Order: sequence, then structure tokens, then C-alpha cells
Amino acid sequence: MATSPRILLAHGGGGQLSRELIDREIVSRFGAGPLQGLPDGATVAVDGPEVIFTTDSFVVQPIEFPGGNIGDLAVHGTVNDLAVCGARPRWLSLALILEEGLEIELLRRVLDSVKAAADDSGVTVATGDTKVVARGQCDGLFVNTAGIGDRLPGFELSPKYLREGDHVLVSGPIGDHGFAVLAARENIHIKNGPKSDSAPVHRLVQAASDWAAEVRFMRDPTRGGLASVLNEMVENSAIGIQIQEERIPLSAGASAVSELLGLDPLHVASEGRLLMVCSAAAAPAILDTWQAMPEGCGARDIGTVTDAAGRVVLETLMGGHRLVDVPRGELLPRIC
Amino acid sequence: MKYIEGFRNPGAAAALREDIRALTEALPPSLLRQGYGGQANRTTNIMEVCGSHTMAIARYGIRDILPSQIKLISGPGCPVCVTDAGYIDTAIELARRGVTIVTFGDMLNVPGSDTSLAAVRSEGHSIEICYSPLRALELAREFPEREIVFLAIGFETTVAPALAVIDQAIAAGVENLSLLVAFKLVPPALAALMTDPDLQIDAFLCPAHVSAIIGADAYQPFTGSEGVPCVIAGFEPLDILLGLKGILTQLGSGIAEVDNQYSRVVTDAGNRRAQALMETYLEPADVSWRGIGVIPASGLALKAEWSRYDAEQRHNVRVEVGKMDPACRCGDVIKGIASPFDCPMFGNVCTPSSPFGPCMVSSEGSCAAYYKYSR
Repeated sequence: MATSPRILLAHGGGGQLSRELIDREIVSRFGAGPLQGLPDGATVAVDGPEVIFTTDSFVVQPIEFPGGNIGDLAVHGTVNDLAVCGARPRWLSLALILEEGLEIELLRRVLDSVKAAADDSGVTVATGDTKVVARGQCDGLFVNTAGIGDRLPGFELSPKYLREGDHVLVSGPIGDHGFAVLAARENIHIKNGPKSDSAPVHRLVQAASDWAAEVRFMRDPTRGGLASVLNEMVENSAIGIQIQEERIPLSAGASAVSELLGLDPLHVASEGRLLMVCSAAAAPAILDTWQAMPEGCGARDIGTVTDAAGRVVLETLMGGHRLVDVPRGELLPRIC
Repeated sequence: MKYIEGFRNPGAAAALREDIRALTEALPPSLLRQGYGGQANRTTNIMEVCGSHTMAIARYGIRDILPSQIKLISGPGCPVCVTDAGYIDTAIELARRGVTIVTFGDMLNVPGSDTSLAAVRSEGHSIEICYSPLRALELAREFPEREIVFLAIGFETTVAPALAVIDQAIAAGVENLSLLVAFKLVPPALAALMTDPDLQIDAFLCPAHVSAIIGADAYQPFTGSEGVPCVIAGFEPLDILLGLKGILTQLGSGIAEVDNQYSRVVTDAGNRRAQALMETYLEPADVSWRGIGVIPASGLALKAEWSRYDAEQRHNVRVEVGKMDPACRCGDVIKGIASPFDCPMFGNVCTPSSPFGPCMVSSEGSCAAYYKYSR
């Protein structure tokens, strides 16, 4: 029987075709580590008594978009969740749900991206699973990753540690991922349009670890964007945050799509940016360190922690002030 | 993007802000203290007619940088907000009969008398969100067995694109498509607001894109010795500040003229092609504005000869005046009599996630703008 260029239900049936798919596409890429011999569970080593453990599912549509695809997104999403908890990402699981009829060539591109992103992020795919569902029962390809990371010493992170006068840093231009996916989905073709910022932030966290005691809290502003993260930090709290519109980094492509669709960039997801609140004393040094790194060259100090309880305020380009509200409803479904 | 950044330049904004402050201080006393009704410390009331201006003013915090003397009143220029609840009821009725409704997303959560299109969609009825009205034509071609109705609401700006759908449907022989029309016109609303004794409007900041269609000359009737300054401004923050400066300059000199500061888009005569399309298909009609009531000749309806494309005729339904929650003050907000903060429901029972009135539903509504940016 000739090899099918598409996924068949039998690829998930546990028989010959399943085995071939796993051998050719999974073992060939990830088989060297704990995955060797395909045990039911992976045995992994960790450094200390505590690990950080997280999981995330990815249903982005389209599967491939400018600047990335669901594969690297699934790695970066979980790696970044670990990193912002103050961990060094180590191990990853990779679970795939494939729709009957999916092009195997597309699956290969996605798995190549998983491999490249995992290598870049210093994580190993240690275990996984593949299921196939009938046509119409999922949309091409869904991915779940779970991750384990070693806790980095020195970080004690929580919004409750925020103090008036602390600084808010962002590691680069915001919203490119959301705008890139949206532009691809809505067929908005712009010269130099937005490209996804999907990337790991663990090196930025590592670089800040010299000042770990001065770092109050970190997040990666994904769904809901910067606005949601900032609001979550000050919710039910005695402090607030003020940011300055002039200092918020924005790429030309993101800016163009934002104007075209009337979307506030503060509401749009990034998948490779780090938001950090740290002491005023440590802010310049961390910013300098980041700006010397490729993934932090666009980093900016965008604002400060204030005593305006529970309020996130933007000082506008015009010198006026307004509330930064959380986006309501499903602004951008299936962005990750 | 450089083109846009030029209209958001902080240095230029600071200079305009200073001009506005100086012009406000130099306003004649009649506009400062006594004025109508013997009110002390009367404010200078400038109505921004258009919902996009309302949003831009809130988004850039412009109220915050104006002298306290200047009061910006948000006008009736959000098409969703002035759409009567009865119109939503009719769209819902059509959806429940199996018609596919095509609409801009803003309409989805607008409360009808009893429920909303979003709720009806979750019941399984066919309601499609579009970015362009031409989506309705695409659907009509794709599904010839279905009846498609496009919710044709809006001011002059959106009338021509909606009519283009019918124009192209006729050319292509597509017959399973009709419009549920609730078009509204800006000038008759201005006339009604100017003569409303509850309101004391000193000037109009006139809409940008509506003016591109109707032309700057359309505001001439509201100026002159009995009139007020009418300044057309774009939607960028510097456009708005420049527009306000233009208004204050006129008020200071005691004149009332049309001043077109959006000349990069707006001409004196407007868009003739759009106007011709409107003349071919539409005729003036008395229509109901949510919260204001019926204003004579303030809307447009399809001419009788095009009745096969009129959803009311084609599907034998009739838009009646709908019910509104009596506590909701959207009507007063739309007229500029009340600010959203004056409404007892604002921000507690009425929020963007569970809106009662249309001003909270539409992203261009005054209540949504206030809730989002200045609670």
C-alpha cells in the first residue's frame, strides 16, 4: 500500500500505521532522550526538592501563521509559563490530536518547529501521545504540552509583593502574535505586516536572576494582552499601576493592523514577551541587561506602581489619562 | 503609519492644549457665567455628534486635558445606540423564521424588547457576523436556497456600502437577499437637538466620515446668526484638539460658520457617487430614534420600486417601536442631557458584559466609552 499523504483514522488505531507514524515522525525527532523505547511514562531528573509543573492546550487557527506555527507556539507557551514562575524549563510532554485528512507534510513542519523550539528553549520532549479523530471532530491539529522546570533560587513572585514606586518593564513590542494570527485569518495582506513574536522568555528570566530578590512578579502577556495582566495584578489590591502610552513598544505591522481593525494593542496577545515588576533600584540594570540580548533589544520601562487602589491608568500621548480596561468577551478566539 | 503618528504628536498636542486654554479664558462672559436659564458658572457645551469622536476622546483622555469650563457632550452619532429595540425584535423574528441574518458584530448584543440576537444565535438560529456588507451577497450566492437579510443600519457613511450590495445583487441576478433598513441622517438630528429646550448646545464638532459623504455645505443651515459654530474634524487626537480650537476661536469672535478642518477627506459637496446611489434607491422617511422618538424625514427607506429587496415587504414583517427598561437613561444620554454617570444603572447592573441600554452595547456608545476609559 502506497504511503498516504494525509492522516487516516488508522494512523490512530494502534496498529501498523500508528507504529509507522510514531517511528517516522516522533521517534526520529525526539527519540534520543527519555522517549527512547517508548515507555508508558518518562523518567526525568530534576535539580532540587521543588519543581514547577504546568500545562496548556493549543488550538490556534490558522495552524501556520506569519512568524510561526502551532508547534513552536505549543513549546513557547508552556516554556514561558514555567519561566515566569521563576523556573528553568527542563521537560516537556507533547500530545497531538490529529483530524483525519490532515496533510502529513503539514504535520512534519509542525513537528520540526516543535523540535527547533524545544532545542532553543533548553527543554526535552520526554513523553507524548497521538490520537486521530474523524473528519470534522477537530480542526486539523490540536496540541497539548505540559512542562516541568527547576525552580530558580531567589525568586519569590506574587502580585502581593508589589510596592508603590516599583517599575513595570516589558521585554519588547506587544501584540504581534495576536495581530499576525488575526491578519492571517482575516486575509489582511499588508506589506511588512505583523509577524508572531512567539519565542521563549526563559533567557530573559535567567538574565534577571542576579536581581531575583528585587523582582516582585512576572507574567507573559498572552490572551487578554498587557491590559489583562496589569489589571489582574492590581485586582482587589491597595495599589494600582500607571503606564505611559509613549513608552509602550509597538511594531509598525502591529500598529497597522490595530488601526485597520480598531483593536487596542493593549488587549492583544504576545507569545514571546515578558512583563516584569521590579524595584525602582533594579529596573535600570535589568533593562540594560535585557536590551543587550537579542530577545530583549526592544525592552522598555513602561510605568510604575501607584497608590491608586485597583486602577490601571494610561497616560495618553495627548497628556490625558484614561482607565485601561480588560477586554470583554471573546475578542480574538483561538489565538493560541 | 507615519501618516497617523503625525496626528498623535505629543508636542503639537501640548501647543494646542495651551491655545485651547488661552481661548477659553478669553471667551466672552455670556459664554462663561450667566447664559441660559440664569445658571451660574454655565459651561461651554460642545457636542461631539459622532460615536467615533466619543471613542477617540475617551481613548486619548482628551476630556482630562481640557479646561473644566469646556463640557463635551456626546451626541446621537452611534448608529447602534439609536437603533430602536423594535428593529432588533424584527431581526430576531426573521432569524426565528429561518432567515439568515448578516450583521456587523456590534448589533449582536443590543437588547431587543425581550432578548438579543446573540441569545437567539445560541438557540441555533443563523446569524452571521461580517466586516463588509458584501459578505451578505457572498452568502446569498453560496446558499441560493436560503433567504439572506442584511441588517442595514447606520448613518450616511454606511448607507452607500449597504446599497452597493443591492446594486451588485441586481446586476448579478441574485434574488434571495434583502435589507432590513434603518438608515438615519445626521442633519435632521442636529436640527432636532438645536431646537430642544432641554439642551444648550454652543457648538457642534461635526462627524468626519459622515461629512465625507454629505459634504461640508450640509451644515450651512445650522450656522449664521441663529446658529452655532459647526467644525468638521477628523478622528485622530490632534484633529479633535484642532477642531475644538476652531470652535473656541469662533465662539470668542461671536461668529458661527462651517469650518472644514478635515479637508484631507471632506469636500464642500461630498461624495457625489454615494449620493447618487442613495437617490436611486432611497427616499426620506420619518424614523424612530431610540431614546429620542420619531424625527420627521430623519431616515431613509427603500423606494417602492425596490420593495423586493426590502426585508419588511419581502418577509411581511413590520418594525414596531420596542420596549425599553424604564430605568435606562440611554435616551437622555443620546440627547446629551445626561452623562452616563447620571444613570442609576451605569456600571452596576449595566456593564459591557451585561448591557441594558444600547449606549453600553456598542463600542461607540457613550456609556461603553465612559465605562471603558473613565469609570
